[in-house]
Amino acid sequence: MNSSGIPGGRAPGLIIVAAILALIIIVAIAFSVGRYPIAVGDLLRVIWAWLGGAAHGLDPTIETVVLQIRGPRVIAALLVGASLAAAGAAYQNLFRNPLVSPDILGVSAGAAVGAVLGIFLSLGIVAIQSMALAGGLAAVALVYVVARAVRGHDPLLVLVLAGVVLGSLLGAFVALMKYLADPYNQLPAITFWLLGSLASVDPRDLWIAGPLMLAGLLPLWLLRWRINVLSLDDEEARALGVATVRIRVAVIVGATLMTSAAVAISGVIGWIGLVIPHFARLLTGPDFSRLLPVSVLLGAGFLVAVDTLARSIANIEVPLGVLTAFIGTPLFLWQLATARRSWQ
Amino acid sequence: MSLAATNLGFGYRDRRVGSGVTLELAPGEVLCLLGPNGSGKTTLFKTLLGLLPPQDGTVLIDGRDARTLPRDAIARQISYVPQAHGAFFPYTVRELVLMGRTAHLGLFAAPSARDHAAAMAAIERMGIAHLADTIYTQVSGGECQLALIARALAQEARVVIMDEPTANLDFGNQVRVLERIRTLAGEGIGVLLSTHDPDHAFLCADRAAMLHEGRLMACGTPTEVMTAVNLRQLYGVEIAVTAVALTQGGTRNVCLPLGIAR
Repeated sequence: MNSSGIPGGRAPGLIIVAAILALIIIVAIAFSVGRYPIAVGDLLRVIWAWLGGAAHGLDPTIETVVLQIRGPRVIAALLVGASLAAAGAAYQNLFRNPLVSPDILGVSAGAAVGAVLGIFLSLGIVAIQSMALAGGLAAVALVYVVARAVRGHDPLLVLVLAGVVLGSLLGAFVALMKYLADPYNQLPAITFWLLGSLASVDPRDLWIAGPLMLAGLLPLWLLRWRINVLSLDDEEARALGVATVRIRVAVIVGATLMTSAAVAISGVIGWIGLVIPHFARLLTGPDFSRLLPVSVLLGAGFLVAVDTLARSIANIEVPLGVLTAFIGTPLFLWQLATARRSWQ
Repeated sequence: MSLAATNLGFGYRDRRVGSGVTLELAPGEVLCLLGPNGSGKTTLFKTLLGLLPPQDGTVLIDGRDARTLPRDAIARQISYVPQAHGAFFPYTVRELVLMGRTAHLGLFAAPSARDHAAAMAAIERMGIAHLADTIYTQVSGGECQLALIARALAQEARVVIMDEPTANLDFGNQVRVLERIRTLAGEGIGVLLSTHDPDHAFLCADRAAMLHEGRLMACGTPTEVMTAVNLRQLYGVEIAVTAVALTQGGTRNVCLPLGIAR
């Protein structure tokens, strides 16, 4: 049965259609706006030609801007925004806490150590991204192993504590490398990476990060019902037939894969994983099978919009991490103050 | 389907709570477990449900050792009604009850039309259909308890374990819950419940058991078990058990505390 057929249901079909429409509009604006404005008609003709249709017959500069410059960047923003929001939604259910973000188990801190080490060693961009990816995965794996070794406490609490402790240790490591880095070449690069940006995204990055993100999303979607039940008390979920430890591992692996891949190509971008699932939950209610797709759509749209602002509101690029905080904080506070509570 | 514990020792990793508990629950039987605070009722229930590993002895579910059964197989046989509590996210009563279907769903499946129908039927049986689309965390304590029982019904298990299902309920809701427990037993479901009100054993139980400091002090029919001597030993206060003639005819046993001076 389609859940929209339930009397009193929260019309998820309508919400998803509206979110998709909004996303299309935001993407069209993102392609059009910039130092080289492009009319929507020209944009459609270029895309049509790229898809194998009739030649567009426009200035080749337009094609370059659409396909080489803005295209990869918009797609990267879609992927990163969707990944961070999906991982955040999954973690909020897993930890039964709406104030949890994808960073909770140290994935961003680990990725930062990897990337900063790569910059410090003057490696190439691909190596830096790979080290960020590996750093994020390794940090979460370490947190999980440490938490498993500590017995006799609430497993979720230990997991969060291990994540916080290891995260601050890794933060100290990043600080040490910033202190030791060459202040003229390496330090600006490190600072820039830590603030988050999609300016240097290369189409080849997307062919690696995209599949990793989809691979991470897959278990979250497949296990959507079990993830719902997991948001109850642990013993209650087990009494209802959920193998909580295994499902939790699958969720952590999926969310970590998505977040690591996102952080590897964009640097550290906060707020999306915290704020977007909140808004999605307001629209859909807590049911994860509706929350996940709406979080993905809103996260993708939000980051495309923010990234468009980042490259167009000033003569210089505004770092994404800064802009998401400037926009996310008032949105979050406004939501806290006015909206009906989406948690207890 | 039956639930049997043999010489069960139970507790947590570093703390033993009880031992030597031998208990059996037959289909269609209501067994009422009494015991003071901290006597180990909840720990015993969690061990019977396979949520805690037994420290000694065995739990047999339909003749099979609970330790060898996967979680969803246990959940299809035994459902659990925890004490009424808040949820972390604002699910509707319908969504909460639907979670009772989890053990019948494939790992990657979401509830089907059949599951929605089963959940709604369970909600109707508990008489809370008007609350189906209300946020679970906004209903009263009694309605919350009925929703949790509906979830256990949707689970379609043959045994239901209820941890103090009447705690925090007003008098009317207590009676309603006890009535529904009898209805379930009439349908062949075995019910094991704990309560702090000894009268409930007389009202709804086929058998009563007393858990005292982690050991089964007495087990049998309510009239055998619920004696003034046993109740004094269990609770440490003077209690009279007396038969009351009902104006409608017949008699009922009730427990009355004697120590209150006035």
